[in-house]
Amino acid sequence: MHELAITQRILEIALEHAGRAGARRITDIYLVIGDLSSVVDDSVQFFFDHLTPGTPAEGATLHFTRLPARYRCRACGEEFTPERGLAWQCPACQGWNVEVLQGKEFYLESIEVE
Amino acid sequence: MPKIAVVQDILSANDEIARENRRRFDQAGVFVLNLMSAPGAGKTSLVLRTIAALQPELRLGVVEGDVASQVDAERVAETGVPVVQINTGGGCHLEAHALRAALEKIPLEDLDLLLIENVGNLICPAAFPLGEHLQVVIASLPEGDDKPLKYPALFAQADAVVINKIDLAPYMDFDREAFRRRVEGLNPRVTFFEISCRTGEGLAAWADWLRRRRAEQRESVRRIGGC
Repeated sequence: MHELAITQRILEIALEHAGRAGARRITDIYLVIGDLSSVVDDSVQFFFDHLTPGTPAEGATLHFTRLPARYRCRACGEEFTPERGLAWQCPACQGWNVEVLQGKEFYLESIEVE
Repeated sequence: MPKIAVVQDILSANDEIARENRRRFDQAGVFVLNLMSAPGAGKTSLVLRTIAALQPELRLGVVEGDVASQVDAERVAETGVPVVQINTGGGCHLEAHALRAALEKIPLEDLDLLLIENVGNLICPAAFPLGEHLQVVIASLPEGDDKPLKYPALFAQADAVVINKIDLAPYMDFDREAFRRRVEGLNPRVTFFEISCRTGEGLAAWADWLRRRRAEQRESVRRIGGC
């Protein structure tokens, strides 16, 4: 989707926290991204490499933790991760009525600085 | 190397401005819809039909979001309703801060109902609430009944799903039952409308629902003493 704007925001948050800690340089940034959030890792990496030169985050490594979609079937209680794609038909009872347990996450978990 | 725990939602800046927008809407007493769909599903047609159905009973205003051009705003302006065009200049969705700036050009206090037409896109608008009271997703028969499978997030959070171009049903293989089952699976509280902006079919039920939801919203704002 709109990874440029998102990557700018990631950089802002990271620089703000590094500045507050009095760090000179950010070496690592840890992101958590749910598979339902429509954010593409490669695209974030691309824009990150483009945005960071000349900032304290230049050369920092981006770490992506992807969280797969997890659903709970409202009919039979089965908890499942879809095998292919993101479709939410219950593998146990073939029902379509589910609750999303995991997969919408999109946050900056931590940074490492020096 | 010291590690700093951050745990910050990356889209929280948008969410905060969306909450500010919502407070402004509630102070002004205006009920706000965010209309989202793929390009060509009929957002502008639904805006025009809604104006025709509810003006002057309700005082309407419109915000048009598009990557470029004023064509939608010009069509809406012909109805005499106040309208602002936001051009995102390549952006794939409206954001809360862009809406906040556009609101300066709309007489909110003089409106009962504000329709925001988002950029035609089934993916990105899902992640950027604007402060609206209701999210409405428009799907149309030529797009196919598999769209909720391919773009679940938007359908999962919609308050209403409007199925447009229903007059084309005899010519399309759109399975309405399968479509509804997929959406309801993720979103059991959703309300469906089947309409044709071309023939006017189904629009009376849509207009009634808007009247009712607006009245309910006003009542709840009154009960909690404004904002």
